[in-house]
Amino acid sequence: MISVPELSLVVLVGVSGSGKSTFAARHFKPSQVISSDFCRGLVSDDENDQSATPAAFDLLHHIVGVRLSRGLLTVVDATNVQYAARKSLIDLARQHDVMADAIVLDVPEEVAVERNAGRPDRDFGARVVIRQRKDLRRSLGKISRDGFRKVHVLRGVEEIDRAEITYEKAWSDRRELTGPFDIIGDVHGCRAELEALLAELGWQGLTHPEGRTAVFVGDLVDRGPDTPGVLRLVMSMVAAGTAICVAGNHEQKLVRALAGRNVKVAHGLQESLDQLAAEPPEFVESARTFMDSLLSHYVLDEGRLVVAHAGLKEAYHGRASGRVRAFALYGDTTGETDEYGLPVRYPWAEEYRGRAMVVYGHTPTVQPEWVNNTICLDTGCVFGGHLTALRYPERELVRVPAEKVWYEPVKPLAAPARDAVMLDIGDVQGTRHVETRFAGRVKVAEENAAAALEVMSRFAVDPRWLVYLPPTMAPSQTSALDGYLEHPEEAFAEFAEAGVAEVVCEEKHMGSRAVAVLARTPEVAAARFGVTDGSAGAVYTRTGRPFFDDLTPLVDRLREACAPLWDALGSDWVVLDCELLPWSAKADGLIRSQYASVGAAAGAALPEAVSALEAAAARGLEVSELLERTRRRAGNATLFRDAYARYCWPVDGLEGVRLAPFQILACEGRATALEPHAWHLSTLGLLDAPIIAPTRHVFVSLDSPSSRAEATAWWEAMTAAGGEGMVVKPAAHTGGRVQPGVKVRGREYLRIIYGPDYTESLGVLRRRFLGKKRSLALREHALGLEALARLADGEPGWRVHEPVFAVLALESEPVDPRL
Amino acid sequence: MSQPGCGTLGGVLLTISTTVSPATDLGFLLHKHPDRVQRFAQSFGEATVFYPEAGAERCTAALLLDVDPVKLARSRGKGSPDFSLSQYVNDRPYAASSLLAVALADVFRTARAGRCNARPELAATPLPLRIRLPALPCRGGPELAGRLFTPLGWHVTAEPVPLDAGFPEWGDSRYVRLTLDGTVRLADALNHLYVLLPVLDEAKHYWMAPDEIDKLVRAGEGWLRDHPERGLIVRRYLGRRWSMARVALARLAELGDDTEEQLEPAVAEDAPAGETAADEAAEAEAAEAVEAEADGLGERPVRRTPLNTRRREAVLETLEELGAVSVIDLGCGQGELVGALLSRPRFARVAGMDVSPMALTIAARKLKLERMPDAKRARLTLFQGALTYTDKRLTGYDAAVLMEVIEHVDPPRLAALEHVVFGHARPAHVLVTTPNVEYNVRYEFLTGLRHADHRFEWTRAEFAAWAQDVAARHGYRVVFRPVGEEDPEVGPPTQMGVFTRD
Repeated sequence: MISVPELSLVVLVGVSGSGKSTFAARHFKPSQVISSDFCRGLVSDDENDQSATPAAFDLLHHIVGVRLSRGLLTVVDATNVQYAARKSLIDLARQHDVMADAIVLDVPEEVAVERNAGRPDRDFGARVVIRQRKDLRRSLGKISRDGFRKVHVLRGVEEIDRAEITYEKAWSDRRELTGPFDIIGDVHGCRAELEALLAELGWQGLTHPEGRTAVFVGDLVDRGPDTPGVLRLVMSMVAAGTAICVAGNHEQKLVRALAGRNVKVAHGLQESLDQLAAEPPEFVESARTFMDSLLSHYVLDEGRLVVAHAGLKEAYHGRASGRVRAFALYGDTTGETDEYGLPVRYPWAEEYRGRAMVVYGHTPTVQPEWVNNTICLDTGCVFGGHLTALRYPERELVRVPAEKVWYEPVKPLAAPARDAVMLDIGDVQGTRHVETRFAGRVKVAEENAAAALEVMSRFAVDPRWLVYLPPTMAPSQTSALDGYLEHPEEAFAEFAEAGVAEVVCEEKHMGSRAVAVLARTPEVAAARFGVTDGSAGAVYTRTGRPFFDDLTPLVDRLREACAPLWDALGSDWVVLDCELLPWSAKADGLIRSQYASVGAAAGAALPEAVSALEAAAARGLEVSELLERTRRRAGNATLFRDAYARYCWPVDGLEGVRLAPFQILACEGRATALEPHAWHLSTLGLLDAPIIAPTRHVFVSLDSPSSRAEATAWWEAMTAAGGEGMVVKPAAHTGGRVQPGVKVRGREYLRIIYGPDYTESLGVLRRRFLGKKRSLALREHALGLEALARLADGEPGWRVHEPVFAVLALESEPVDPRL
Repeated sequence: MSQPGCGTLGGVLLTISTTVSPATDLGFLLHKHPDRVQRFAQSFGEATVFYPEAGAERCTAALLLDVDPVKLARSRGKGSPDFSLSQYVNDRPYAASSLLAVALADVFRTARAGRCNARPELAATPLPLRIRLPALPCRGGPELAGRLFTPLGWHVTAEPVPLDAGFPEWGDSRYVRLTLDGTVRLADALNHLYVLLPVLDEAKHYWMAPDEIDKLVRAGEGWLRDHPERGLIVRRYLGRRWSMARVALARLAELGDDTEEQLEPAVAEDAPAGETAADEAAEAEAAEAVEAEADGLGERPVRRTPLNTRRREAVLETLEELGAVSVIDLGCGQGELVGALLSRPRFARVAGMDVSPMALTIAARKLKLERMPDAKRARLTLFQGALTYTDKRLTGYDAAVLMEVIEHVDPPRLAALEHVVFGHARPAHVLVTTPNVEYNVRYEFLTGLRHADHRFEWTRAEFAAWAQDVAARHGYRVVFRPVGEEDPEVGPPTQMGVFTRD
């Protein structure tokens, strides 16, 4: 019976012909076994080409390294009879913080020679085997000192054939414990506070009536008034099976001191030693044994929770090595010390991108803060702060105040400096696959990400505000109706076909799409969005640009206008999808340089062309067709001018600016974008302020011809009066391949898009291709919802940024801009 | 009659009138009969020539151009990455642009050459002419039209066209209603239009033939060399190039039908005319060709070292003084500084980062990356990155350079840049240059900031305050150095902060 760790490097050792490959094939999956012969074949086309050996081992080490970094058990099938070969593999295992086991297959020389002779591809004769056996014999005496966790030696063919492999779980692996947990921060001998906290958490003695498990993050000892009392309580809980505990650096040092090792007595160690000196020796001994047995970290709840005293980066979760233990006990330090002589800590949590929640202590802070799904619970109880617990999975913090300052801190407790960036280039760059819960995995091509990076970093608002970007929206299928390119009937038919019973038609405001993120107060903005510059919101365009250089007046007015939402939603913040009016407020430059310019040129040129042609016609020249056409064009140019002018009105500061919210995207704990549109429209109907423009709408039962006809008439009246058009959406979230909405734009509005004379050539324009636009609309919609869901779930900033960035990246795909 | 394509059709109009006696001789000179209507197919539409009036005292020929924007877009070739809406909705169907010049050259080819077998003496004689263009795009305003046409013997009436009568506050459009009156040879008049229409238009260019220089020299024969605005004419005539960077960003700016934003390209701050070294060479060559034609008239002015060169030299000098061996240029643009660093062997490791893939592509081309010898190539790293995201690739250099970069960052995002560079990358030295806004009063024609994308420009005191704060927060010391001619009153045009880690 051979037992190896579930995640480990298994090194087979044996001469050529000892049966390593056969052994490996019998006990491991083919993908787990990397053989030197296989690698030699890959780099030389000949498995026995010895000149390829160095290259073959480079490749073997590379493959093994990649597998280990991905957490896969790996078996090396090579002779490994020489120390140097084994050493390089042990180093490789250490680099990836996994254990290495050796399995030695020791067969008699004649067996190996005979087996090789039976194989036509091994023509190297007995001498090689004899030399290898000599190396092996020399190795066997000292292989146990190579650095393997265990060396399993199988002697003789029979023993090899009988061997069975079993797997050991890593000590830190307690995935089967699913909680619920009460995770408790650094206690440091504060027994009274610990008892008060446990009571607050609902503990009765050593058990919790709801069967909760306590998890201690270490540093039970030193500095405080009753280290023996704390140890006694925690040891009893652990013994009762209602608590687990990881080691802290103070336990580590106390164990060494108790073992009589020469340690520097500082940082409150003296208090522990004095208090334990008053205890019976048996207790001291059992306490020492307990502390000595503590592991550096635990992986809990199916891998969703990791507890370590000073935190743990993702690459170390579930791994075992000296440096993993050092990280877990002392954290990641830069090697520098600060002005108080304390080590400067490397901000590993800022870079943490793992999915598991990491809960830790070690660094006292005033208030625990979530950083990328990690949280430090040390609130300096012994320094007169609080003793804090985290309820898991509830993510609730519970704390009790210290009775007094038990120990003067070397430096004052402070809130950790917030990271002004929170995002790493690795979060967005390169080809990416973003997991969404609404449409599976969405791919972002590298070049699109590159384009988005430029726009994002040069023009977008602070990413902490940029929690959503609106998806593109496809137009309805092209209408065949005379004089129309788009018409409501196609939109109704499309949704009816998809099985949608009811749709809502919402007026499409002709302005600029805007996302408004509003917090009730700057304090809420700081707590919820991490924005500490005193701002309380942002309003940005569909590429993430701020609407105005100074957003404060607009944000303030909107916060005031949206006050009724705080109670209605039970939230201190809200994200709204809106249209900001007038179009000219943001697009003024574009309207002047493009649309008005076209209108001015046409207005100057066409009447003169008409007069010139009229004069020619008067002379009897045959220009009637050209004249007729030019007259029509002059008329179209006037209509074009009227079309854009309708959406422009002068704005002075905020005077004249209006915001038309039509959807509540998210608020505390809820991605409300998934709510039915009736809810959005009625909730938004609570808003009654001059700056808010209502969104006119009608609900349509698709199985009712009269309901459809009414809505069509509504659309016709609205567009005839100059409206842009409408958006038709399933009344409730549908998902799947159904478009979340399609736009049906008015006849006159489309002149702005397709040009003044588009009505002259509808036949050609009807040949338009919507497929790509519609596919993008679905993918971007899924990404947008994903961003909102992550935001509502309180996920870290980089997780929210990922799908938002992906929307912008997809938008850089070239698509017919007229759609 | 050609089939109308999709999109806009239009009417670009040019009329030429004469009062020579008999006025109908205009028909001989133009080789177009006054009593006929003639049509000529163009790659982007159709041109029609007809005569609204043809009396003995006064005769007017009209050239009416139909432009089909879709054909126009197609004629630009598949290589064009333009997906912006302006491709479909633009002024080309109405405005007297380079397209009219092309059509005019085609339709009146013989007249423009000054040939007329029927009336050879008339072709060689200056005639009383009136030319009207109802919608001439005129960058530089009516005044520039006067400066260009008056020296050629024209009496110029250039009436600005208002942008939109309904919005008087928008002011005038870029078009003028142009009337030229003068006694000029018809061939010369046509050549004036052929060269000066595109010069005044100066819009995005829709075609660019390789023999453009020859064409200019030929059409300018006899009048261009003596024109007081010769320099401007040549520069603008040849300087119009389709800007790839603008196209790529315009695509992102428009995003479907929400045409709300215009993004300026990141590249080409210091090289607004040419995008590439090849372009620059072509331009220099063109200038020389015309200079030669002009027979060496006019001395080239003594050129002062441009500010961007002086800035680069100041940075290089400082880096050498600091003894930096590895340097990263954050916001390397087209790689000028990177190239200069590589040419000095003491800089063993050189990196250039920019946020714009376009800038990096140009930098790679200018640095001849693909042909670079291995030893030099091994010293260089070029990559895309953004100063608002932490990035491990920025660590491990002796010095980082932020040359004219911070003023392109929105002030609220400066904290992120600070964290990325001073908090995360933490090189031993950081060199930051930025404009000194006090000096702006010394630029005669400058209104506003020095570049459209500048989010701010600081006084010396403002820069010093920011730099001191950053240094204090991150354990650096900072000293300041002037770059460029230091003005006793307003200081140097560029200011540099040299940060050194404690």
